[in-house]
Amino acid sequence: MGFSAADWAAISLSLQLAAVTTLILLMSGTPLAWWLSRTRSRLKGAVAAIVALPLVLPPTVLGFYLLVAMGPNGPIGGLTQSLGLGTLPFTFWGLVVGSVCYSMPFVVQPLQNAFASIGERPLEMAATLRAGPWDRFLHVVLPLARPGFLSASVLGFAHTLGEFGVVLMIGGNIPGQTRVVSVQIYDHVEALDYGQAHWLAGAMVLFSFLVLLLLYSIPAGRRDAGLRFSA
Amino acid sequence: MSQSTNSNPPIIAEFSVRLPGAVDDAGSESFQLRVNENLPGSGVTVVFGVSGCGKTTFLRALAGLQNIESGRLQVKGETWHDDKSSLPAHRRPIGYVFQEASLFEHLTAAGNLAFARKRAAEPVTEQDLRDVIALLGLSDLLQQRPQQLSGGERQRVSIARALLIKPELLLMDEPLAALDQSRKQEILPYLDRLRAELKIPMIYVTHALDEVTRLADHLMILSAGSVRACGPISEVLSRLDVPGLLGEEAGAIVEGRVAERDNEWHLVRVDFEGGQLWLRDSGEAIGQRVRLRTLARDISLSLEADQASSILNRLPAEVAAIAEDADPAMALVQLAVGEARLVARISRRSVAQLELSPGKQVWAQIKSVAVLH
Repeated sequence: MGFSAADWAAISLSLQLAAVTTLILLMSGTPLAWWLSRTRSRLKGAVAAIVALPLVLPPTVLGFYLLVAMGPNGPIGGLTQSLGLGTLPFTFWGLVVGSVCYSMPFVVQPLQNAFASIGERPLEMAATLRAGPWDRFLHVVLPLARPGFLSASVLGFAHTLGEFGVVLMIGGNIPGQTRVVSVQIYDHVEALDYGQAHWLAGAMVLFSFLVLLLLYSIPAGRRDAGLRFSA
Repeated sequence: MSQSTNSNPPIIAEFSVRLPGAVDDAGSESFQLRVNENLPGSGVTVVFGVSGCGKTTFLRALAGLQNIESGRLQVKGETWHDDKSSLPAHRRPIGYVFQEASLFEHLTAAGNLAFARKRAAEPVTEQDLRDVIALLGLSDLLQQRPQQLSGGERQRVSIARALLIKPELLLMDEPLAALDQSRKQEILPYLDRLRAELKIPMIYVTHALDEVTRLADHLMILSAGSVRACGPISEVLSRLDVPGLLGEEAGAIVEGRVAERDNEWHLVRVDFEGGQLWLRDSGEAIGQRVRLRTLARDISLSLEADQASSILNRLPAEVAAIAEDADPAMALVQLAVGEARLVARISRRSVAQLELSPGKQVWAQIKSVAVLH
């Protein structure tokens, strides 16, 4: 047995989705996490709660609202249509939008913890050494937060790989476009093809284990507070 | 020392800083620091006070790490802060050494130095770098990470880093406070060297009197957010309204020069403006400048030169002022010995029995003299 061509297509799609999602999350999550770790704004609580929502919401709820929002009559749908991009549901980029929302807390929280644990002192030191705000961020904050970035990337990637509910709600099941590994497994089971399902499900278990093993094998001092909420 | 009177434009610090009630528990009043002083543009100014007096806040305000509520700060003719604008910390030409050894943990000792070198105000040559490394004895530590260094070693790297930025003003916030006594002794000689070689003014914050007497040219005493005394060290330490702050350790400082060595009795003679003192020979060279400290409790007074005494140093003096001590049995007597000022702490009964009053001629008997450096 082994993977079928359809399985390989699903695996490749899942990896692409996870990679693109992680990249977007690192870029958007970094300023957001920085703001959350430094601000004294009253909005902080509300923003942190919104970021954390996907941790507790059923993926179907998130998927449902995204489907409505990205649909022809929704705000996101209206925007994409006016830009000539059509609507996003049942496309790869629709999945990306969904995954970014869904995996947001898994990237933002480790980054926020890493930034917070740096404290003010290294930044003050850098300021007295003539480093301006950007210089401080690039040459002090980023290197000191590196373990947090590693945690955030691994968790964001792995979590996106494992999503199912959101995909089913907004992506459906289009081979090569939206049929990711978790959906493919679901199809195999529906078709009572347990053999194929075992291959993919086993691969997912193995992959997830290896990823987490990597993360938890980093010496405690270096991996920072990044995993606090997920451990 | 007369360094405060030379031509370097001074540091004009006339400002107030308010900290929210974070000093103690919630509900405590906010803390206010008020300073209205000119500090000399050269030499070492030590800011002294107990913890919570505002001395670190003062230093942070100079550095731009703490917002000034109102007022102005001018350093060497440049305005760093006034009511219209404030220079951010990274634009101020300062070097700053923090209390606990603060190095970038992601860089080696050499990496920490390079961080400063890359951002220095003017190019740091290889020779400059070698000089600073030699000054602070870092050559064996360069490849180490901060975690591998002892507290004293980290602090030396931290001082070197502050020098490599080529500051116009060096700020040190209790650099020895986090170190134990032996580490402190290990680093003090480096500070002596720094003091001798430094061409820029240094402001040094501490709560340790031994650091004050050893390093200060100029002394500013802070208490509860306001300045209690500020001036040249010998002047401030001989003031009678200050010893109360310093308790049992009250005492004056005299600067002098080693003039004679008596090999038979293992003594050296130090001449100062106003007289001479004999002290135990601890290897000082003839001609070397030394700073001597006499504790107020080690000076007694008599009306006649009592030759039949074990006291080695007897100086003719004039009573300049008398003040009450914190202890109701004791009094503080300021003595003029030529240009120098000494302080004696004697009982009030003695003051009465000897009928001491300003202008009276007495003999000051000095039981012990400590050489500071």
